[in-house]
Amino acid sequence: MSATPAAVNQMPREHYLNATYGIRSWLLTTDHKRIALLYLASVTFFFFIGGAFATMIRIHLLSPKGLLVTPETYNKLFTMHGVAMIFFFLIPSIPAVLGNFLLPIMIGAKDLAFPKINLLSWYIYLIGGGFVLYSFSTGGLDTGWTFYTPLSSVYSNSAVTPAVIGVFINGFSSILTGLNFIVTVHTMRAPGMTWFRLPLFVWAQYATSIIFILGTPVIAITLLLAGMERMFHLGFFNPQLGGDPILFQHLFWFYSHPAVYIMILPAMGVISEIIPTFARKPIFGYSFIAGSSIAIAVIGFFVWAHHMFVTGESTYAALTFSLLSYLVAIPSAVKVFNWTSTLYKGSISYDTPMLYALGFIGLFLIGGLTGLFLACLGLDIHLHDTYFVIAHFHYIMVGGAVMGYVGGLHYWWPKITGKLYPEFLARVAAVTLFLGFNLTFFPQFILGYLGMPRRYASYPPEFQVLNVMSTAGASILALGYLLPMIYLTWSMRYGEVAGPNPWPATGLEWKTPSPPPTENFDVTPEVTWEPYDYDNRPDLGLDVKGAPSLAHGDD
Amino acid sequence: MQSDLPLYPEQASNFAANVDALMVYITAICAFFAVAITAAVVYFFFKYRRKDPAEVGVPIHGDMRLETAWIVVPLFLALTMFGWGAVVYVDYRRAPMDTLDIYVIGKQWMWKVQQPTGLREINELHVPVGRNVKLILASEDVIHDFSVPAFRVKMDVVPGHYNTMWFRPTKAGRYHFFCQQYCGTNHALMGGWVTVMEPMEYSAWLSGSSDATTNPVVAGEKLFVEKACTTCHLSNGTGRAPSLNGVFGAKVPLADGSTVTADDAYIRESILNPQAKIVAGYQPLMPSFQGQLTEEQIMDLTSYIKSLQSQPAPTKGSGVAPDAGKK
Repeated sequence: MSATPAAVNQMPREHYLNATYGIRSWLLTTDHKRIALLYLASVTFFFFIGGAFATMIRIHLLSPKGLLVTPETYNKLFTMHGVAMIFFFLIPSIPAVLGNFLLPIMIGAKDLAFPKINLLSWYIYLIGGGFVLYSFSTGGLDTGWTFYTPLSSVYSNSAVTPAVIGVFINGFSSILTGLNFIVTVHTMRAPGMTWFRLPLFVWAQYATSIIFILGTPVIAITLLLAGMERMFHLGFFNPQLGGDPILFQHLFWFYSHPAVYIMILPAMGVISEIIPTFARKPIFGYSFIAGSSIAIAVIGFFVWAHHMFVTGESTYAALTFSLLSYLVAIPSAVKVFNWTSTLYKGSISYDTPMLYALGFIGLFLIGGLTGLFLACLGLDIHLHDTYFVIAHFHYIMVGGAVMGYVGGLHYWWPKITGKLYPEFLARVAAVTLFLGFNLTFFPQFILGYLGMPRRYASYPPEFQVLNVMSTAGASILALGYLLPMIYLTWSMRYGEVAGPNPWPATGLEWKTPSPPPTENFDVTPEVTWEPYDYDNRPDLGLDVKGAPSLAHGDD
Repeated sequence: MQSDLPLYPEQASNFAANVDALMVYITAICAFFAVAITAAVVYFFFKYRRKDPAEVGVPIHGDMRLETAWIVVPLFLALTMFGWGAVVYVDYRRAPMDTLDIYVIGKQWMWKVQQPTGLREINELHVPVGRNVKLILASEDVIHDFSVPAFRVKMDVVPGHYNTMWFRPTKAGRYHFFCQQYCGTNHALMGGWVTVMEPMEYSAWLSGSSDATTNPVVAGEKLFVEKACTTCHLSNGTGRAPSLNGVFGAKVPLADGSTVTADDAYIRESILNPQAKIVAGYQPLMPSFQGQLTEEQIMDLTSYIKSLQSQPAPTKGSGVAPDAGKK
């Protein structure tokens, strides 16, 4: 730990990237860091596919009659956009890439508890992804990502069967990752790493893993039932065979609502790491942020039927689920208040990860608050299945989860690659993403209140102006995503050497070289400090004594 | 009155003003928090920017009173949203008694509407202003959703279920309705227009287009004979199945000791799945008509059974609970 920020940084001579060479050393690796990079490549691939579909959707909607494709093709575009983005990008993104890379290092472990199972998760993901790509390329999929029966199980003429098999298989990848994380956090923490010294990112991954394990089996079975109904005409959901299509929705949302928290909780964990680092102070209300992750994971299992307020479900069920949906909003609010308070009297830098974190707060705020509109029974009658819902969940999943993921990639990029990215370009990209995102999705709230239904290949002409605004925003947004892909790739080879702790930050991952050695640490670390504590960390080379008086004088 | 870029659709039903008021209330609270938090973030961002590369922030670990405040206050506000939303929703889900009942059938990708007189429309719905209208919704295939933004109402149309929705149009005019549950290829084309007319005009319209009408009661009575319902459901109550006179809207005692109100959904279920609810004192003999009747035929049969509401129920051999005929 000799490196101080002032010293000239050098790449370590041997690290996990150059420890072994050859394609076999990657495809058969059990190193959690290499597996994280395998995931990084594969989720980026699916992000590109989903992004290409999104681009075509937005171009198509420039004109009320639809500019680009036939209605059949349009229906496939939004379905495949959803399936690729949700099951193969958003759900694995932060856990399988950043979580895989960081979770063992953050708790001072050499690897995950089950390194081979970790590799198996990736192969299962690939097999599931292969089935889904097969569906996309042989007829496509037009059921909506929600696979509602009996449309999916009886009426659709598209390649539904390989798609549901793919999503079914992919579920096991999530389950195994969740299992691996939970066991690792319980059994492999370094000496001194108590539960309440865990980084909040680890708490968030732990909460996410609970949902992986408890929720994923339900979606897997549900899609299997829908697939069996389609293939063998068994009557689970088809009323003509004595089934009930609403049963499918209950089962589907029992997983798929918690799945929203699978996407957003890890991003919240990323934000909880970035903000203290770039405000250089302990996070405000550590235990409340940690506890709220668990609260979201638990309460999140009891709100699913708020997707079904207008299916004809009983009024009492609707009242119960509306009330519970309001309860789950509280822990999210608690997090936002605590992050904001952390900024108070901080020493705030304008580094790129911080811009993403603050952008996240702004977008998640709008995404979360508009959830209150949809949880409201009286309003949901009007808003349900309109563009208001589309805007709301994109604010959560793209404004929240993707901003968190991209912000986290920037924050840990020096650790992952040992290199710094070009800071100015990165700030430009962050601001571009924020502006492009808002221009794309804010008009959709208004479209939704005006009544424009989702999943429409054509629409009444009065909705055109707002749709054109949205498409204009999407082109800015696309630019915002391309920029980081270019300069991050560039930086792997040409970037400035980062050193072990460029920010500097307090977590264990920053106490090992960048990139870390295969074993993560040369000596098992011992944790003697509280999380996000800058005051008792002389090793960071910061001006601890001067700071408080400076801040006071500043008031 | 509406500008070129309106923020809300026209208000054309009893629910519209309530829903919009609720929208304003929640928007006001949310805007307050969004602005306050954004302002705080931006202010701190500039106020506490790092002035010296080695500077650290003031170690503040938390504050119990603040944590309590920002749990309790949002919770209270959220509960007020829940409460108001619940009031609007319960009102919407409980149709009043005196409704004008119109059958709506969704199928890929069109809407078939049947007025009480039997007048049929495709992708059009005519209703009188100021009258409580109840739509009874059925689907021939997949899940659809009938949605009228100007009325602020929607309801899924689910195969195998009857869903109902009601509204009272308050303003004459023509308003879009949409299918709002994705239903396959031409989902986006599965819409049409609600025409709200003055009551006089509506009656004139109903009778004026009567030549194309098949009276659903007549059609239903014909089916009732064709499907051999008459062999068991004898009107004098001596058959193997209960007389249907006076049954509709009445309480029916069941074999398991409970009672059920004979509404559209009950009649439909008894036709398609007769074993589900056996009338007290009768054997489960009736065959299922699942797959043998279209949704429209079921609605015709229901209309016929409804028309028997005014017939006197026999004292013995009726599905009507003896002391509950008055309902």
